Amino acid sequence: MEIIASEFFQRALLGGFLIGITAPVMGLFLVLRRLSMIGDTLAHVSIAGVALGFLINVFPIGVGLLFAIAASFAIEKLRKAYKSYAELSIAIIMSGGVALASLFFTMGRGFNVNVSSYLFGSIYTLGNEDLLVIGIVTIIVLAAVKIHFKELFLLTFDEDAAAVNGLPVKYFNIMISILTALVISASIKIVGALLVSALLTIPAACSLIIARSFKQTIITVVLIAELAVMAGLMIAGVWNLAPGGTIVMLLIFMLILLLLAKRGFKI
Amino acid sequence: MTVLLQGGSCHRDIITIEDVSFSYEQKQVISGLNVSVKERDFVGLIGSNGAGKTTLLKMIVGLLKPDQGKISLFGEPVSRFKHWERIGYVPQKNAFNPLFPATVREVVLSGLYGRSKLFSRVTKAEASKAEDAMLAMSIEDLADKRIGQLSGGQQQRVFLAKALINNPALLILDEPTVGIDAETQENFFHMIRHMHQRHNITFLMVSHDMEWVRSYLGQEPIQMNGKLRFYVKHSHELENCVENDLTHSLKDLRKSMDRRASFVF
Repeated sequence: MEIIASEFFQRALLGGFLIGITAPVMGLFLVLRRLSMIGDTLAHVSIAGVALGFLINVFPIGVGLLFAIAASFAIEKLRKAYKSYAELSIAIIMSGGVALASLFFTMGRGFNVNVSSYLFGSIYTLGNEDLLVIGIVTIIVLAAVKIHFKELFLLTFDEDAAAVNGLPVKYFNIMISILTALVISASIKIVGALLVSALLTIPAACSLIIARSFKQTIITVVLIAELAVMAGLMIAGVWNLAPGGTIVMLLIFMLILLLLAKRGFKI
Repeated sequence: MTVLLQGGSCHRDIITIEDVSFSYEQKQVISGLNVSVKERDFVGLIGSNGAGKTTLLKMIVGLLKPDQGKISLFGEPVSRFKHWERIGYVPQKNAFNPLFPATVREVVLSGLYGRSKLFSRVTKAEASKAEDAMLAMSIEDLADKRIGQLSGGQQQRVFLAKALINNPALLILDEPTVGIDAETQENFFHMIRHMHQRHNITFLMVSHDMEWVRSYLGQEPIQMNGKLRFYVKHSHELENCVENDLTHSLKDLRKSMDRRASFVF
């Protein structure tokens, strides 16, 4: 139990608390725009960036972020090329990211890098500079969502109507992509690249079952994510498990409970 | 309050379409189209699937660019047009996801969130506009319900309230009665006609309802382009130009229809 008092675990808790706010909020906008898979894709590509960062010895999370942003633009471009089969672009970019990551990691085989901590998350690896990055990302995302709450609502509700209302849709699409890339890069060290999309999407899936209004939905996604992240980190710390795994399993557990409860109420 | 306007002042150009063509890949959908819509005209747009109805609407509101020609709104080219709050737009019902987690009030209020209001918060005046629009559409009791729980007709009224919240000068309706039962449709058209007769609103409506379009706008189309047919009731066929408080008058309409006891749509 003394692990909970240790410095690295405190860092993980604080970092987890912050991404427990930003990840589900950005995820909600993605889910409502039917772009749930984007999170997963950007996460896979950012692993390639992380791997390159290790290879050239530059701040890996930073390189991962650049890769994720580049990928979000590439997805938009490809989406336009295959208009009616837009999810094709997601499949291509995702496998491209993993392929690149595997190349970089095998090229850097000699380095002492624990790959699995980037794939499945870890409570040991979060440094002070990572915490700083997470803090800055949290401030940016919260500020953007607060300032543009109305616009984001309109955009997710009906993109065409938003454009007719005079909303610069293109600008907001780019903004959502960049914010998502930021959140994912910030989350990777704790939740892991393979599991980060669960933290984006499952809280949204839960709140769609229970929330009535849009405001309630936003509050609910954050509460659900925080519950899973805090409890998941504790369990991971005490039993020495990958936190990504515990967090996501808790999220799925909550989703099943909610689905069952809803059924129970209906009968 | 009712303000009567003198003859000439109600003939502003609302939509001007000059020599517009559009094609998808190799298929020409619209070619050399010329249409002029004046203030308070009611334009019914009819055509089979693929005739280019939605394409034309999208070009008018700037979502698509014509291959050729020019479209102006209120005398300004669409690309430079800024006063989008003057346009109310009711999209096809299937454009939104019924699972979307928002209340009726939130949806109606979002009609105010255009470019002109960027960065601002919802003021009390705006909130009361939303209440007025909901009252006018008889959906005030549904204000806190989730939009997906409503019937098709109720949802359509929510979208109308959202479009009307800015007191628009031009109302664009894209197949507003699809998926709505017959009685509800009848009530809907009754209200649309009331709005057109009594208010300074120009209508552009895509519809499948030939019967109503012909009965209100005349038997013969005044223009055809490919498979597109334009039915128009011109403003000079109406008694005079009036301008008054839309939501106030809709509340009156609602009362009169409540007496008929059939405004349940």
